[in-house]
Amino acid sequence: MGLKQNLHNLKEKYKGTKMAPLFNGFHTFLYLPNETTHGGTHIKAADDLKRTMNIVIMALVPCLLFGMFNAGYQHYAAINGFTEGMSFFSGDFWNLDNLLVGAAKILPLVIVSYVVGLAIEFVFCIIKGHEIEEGYLVTGMLVPLIVPIDLPLWMLAVAVAFGVVIGKEVFGGTGMNILNPALTIRAFLFFAYPTWMSGDKVWVEGARELAGSADAISGETVLGSLAQNAAPNFSVSDMFFGFIPGSIGETSTLLILLGGLFLIFTKIGSWRIMLSAVIGALVMGFIFNQVVDLGWIGETSKFYGLMSLDFWKHLLVGGFAFGAVYMATDPVSASQTNKGKWIYGFLIGFISIMIRVFNPAYPEGVMLAILLMNVFAPTIDHYVVQGNVKRRLKRAKVKTA
Amino acid sequence: MSKDIRIKKGLDIKLVGEAEQITTELPLGSMFAIKPSDFHGVIPKILAKEGTEVKAGEALFHAKSDERILFPSPVSGKVTEIVRGARRKVLEIKITATAQQEYKDFGKKDVDAMSSEEVKNHLFASGCWPFVKQRPYDVVANPNQAPKAIFVSAYASAPLAADYDYTLKGKEAELQAALTALTKLTEGKVHVSVAKNSTLSPFKEMKGVELHKVSGPHPVGNVSTQIAQIDPINKGEVVWVVTPQDLVVIGELLLTGKFNAKRTVALTGSKFSKPQYVTAVAGAQMSDITKGNLETDNERVISGNVLSGEQVGENGFLGYYDNQVTAIPEGDDYEFFGWNKPVFDKVSTSRALTFSWLNPKKKYDLNTNTNGEHRAFVVTGAYEEVFPLDIYPMQLLKACMYKDLDEMEGLGAYEIAPEDFALTEFICVSKQPHQKIIREGLDLMREELG
Repeated sequence: MGLKQNLHNLKEKYKGTKMAPLFNGFHTFLYLPNETTHGGTHIKAADDLKRTMNIVIMALVPCLLFGMFNAGYQHYAAINGFTEGMSFFSGDFWNLDNLLVGAAKILPLVIVSYVVGLAIEFVFCIIKGHEIEEGYLVTGMLVPLIVPIDLPLWMLAVAVAFGVVIGKEVFGGTGMNILNPALTIRAFLFFAYPTWMSGDKVWVEGARELAGSADAISGETVLGSLAQNAAPNFSVSDMFFGFIPGSIGETSTLLILLGGLFLIFTKIGSWRIMLSAVIGALVMGFIFNQVVDLGWIGETSKFYGLMSLDFWKHLLVGGFAFGAVYMATDPVSASQTNKGKWIYGFLIGFISIMIRVFNPAYPEGVMLAILLMNVFAPTIDHYVVQGNVKRRLKRAKVKTA
Repeated sequence: MSKDIRIKKGLDIKLVGEAEQITTELPLGSMFAIKPSDFHGVIPKILAKEGTEVKAGEALFHAKSDERILFPSPVSGKVTEIVRGARRKVLEIKITATAQQEYKDFGKKDVDAMSSEEVKNHLFASGCWPFVKQRPYDVVANPNQAPKAIFVSAYASAPLAADYDYTLKGKEAELQAALTALTKLTEGKVHVSVAKNSTLSPFKEMKGVELHKVSGPHPVGNVSTQIAQIDPINKGEVVWVVTPQDLVVIGELLLTGKFNAKRTVALTGSKFSKPQYVTAVAGAQMSDITKGNLETDNERVISGNVLSGEQVGENGFLGYYDNQVTAIPEGDDYEFFGWNKPVFDKVSTSRALTFSWLNPKKKYDLNTNTNGEHRAFVVTGAYEEVFPLDIYPMQLLKACMYKDLDEMEGLGAYEIAPEDFALTEFICVSKQPHQKIIREGLDLMREELG
């Protein structure tokens, strides 16, 4: 009671000042505000934006934890060799040594991402005098999960600053942005510091520092090997469980699948987008398989490795699953109409696999596919909505004719 | 000739405090008030100055746009105060009732023999015209336009709404007279919708109307939903809408010559110790209606339902069109970690650690807390689940916000009333004031496009 009353008094004190949004931002984390309805409906449903965002974060936490263990596992495995045919709950994976390596690298990334991003949000909110919106809570969690483990913190800080300001705030903040902010940040990193974002030296902790020395380790992603027409040395179960090198949180298809189901069950994530993205990817992968089967592409072609990958395996490798579940479904940058979501999701899946196969420099397409479709989402919506408008006009014409 | 209408999209918000089917005759109170704000878009020109003695049915003011449209006093008494606000806008016209009620005599009429013009003029003269509202824009009907049809929704699906089957019992003669009068006002049909599972509805026996049976969740009882299913409004078309409780007043006027605005009102909500029905006159003071029944600690008294009613407080007055009073607890308290802990005692359409989906029959005691702060539109696809019209709700709301008249028109703004956006407002994660946005949008259209 005491705390509640004290905070209430403080809130009244800050009311109308520049600091009010900042104070309220923290206050509302502790207490649901005492606001009542005025005009309009007198009662409101239980959900607010904080709850919605919180659900997405909850769905991300397993991926984050898995990422920490996997970082350590990949590090030691690169030195000592992989364990064959591990089960998902194997003690070789879930142990303290692995966690410590991962946590030491990943927690700073999470902290930098949140501190830099939220600080910029706060500054903009105070300047504009509106309440602090929750959009960055999810973005700040997504960012560390989609970067390579050895990314220097200052690069992350620069990229987050760029992404939040250019990707979001210049459009007017949460709810107004055109591009997914987390992917804007990743795209900035990718184009500004390509050597830190791709190749075979960035995916395993310590690989870069040891390069050239006697103890050199390397960790090529599955996609990286395939792009060089080399057979990846991971089993399907490794890929599905996520015991493979890759960006921090994107490797475990199993946990992403569970997170996706959780988002669908809570009605926070759009099942239309997720399902249609998967269908789109399968269709494109299947077409490539057919191309290979027909003999149009020989084994000497540089696209052979990725094109001949069984179409359903595309879902297990790289960032596709993560992108389809957590990135493509961002409601602000996705299509907003239900029909539009089907088209939007399908094209994301389709184009992801296309870019993945044909991209000569970097064998992953989901980031660029989603950013591309973000740009086209308003156009898709426009035509869907025009369909509704036309139907209405037609109805009027039938009547008068 | 009955057609079934069934909708799937929508949401029944189940609340505690449903009115028990007992009606108490209340004594006539002393203070009454008519609020011009109940008649949206009407600018009043005062006819009865302060101090004037009026009989029930005598005009208090007329509309500036059309002096034939008279607004009557619901009771006989003396105009004691005209409350004005900023720029001398009339807020309330207060009338102190006399103990002995006198009714202005408008004469008994034989409806069957009346012509369209005669019906219209009679409704003008007796002050019953304001009961006829129109779509588009959801305002008092413009008598110079010809409606393509007239709609009456005799199924109230809003939370805790008064049960028409109960409140209209024994009013068959009045309803028939009023409906016959309505049929003269339009070239088209008079559509009446009743609940599919209703057995007692007095409307089932009515002649001269097209009967529809409706079923599904709220807002199936909203007249816009029914219009969209039966005969959607196109650009340039007008339909008129009358509520059943107002039909009774019109009917009684035609049969007896008296304007009697008495109706059966449901007292609902968790803050009434005995939720039940009472008789009350339009414009009656809340304290008279709720006396001895209201639990007065931090309560909110609403004239109308919880979704689109108006907060009036205990000293406020019953709205001109309302047949329901709701009292629910105010929610002006903080809730510790209210934004992330699992919620069992509030309604939600998501399953985001909200568990109202587990028990769809449960009745909730909701308060007026907003459960969160105002935000920009973020979440998509949720409104569509509770919005049965073939309209994109978020796109239309945004069109209203950036005032694009062409887009509003294209997206179907002619077909809707603010109340149709009550459910989307209820579930809105960003706590946007949908009904206000729509009302402002409609006002703008009315101003610019006529």
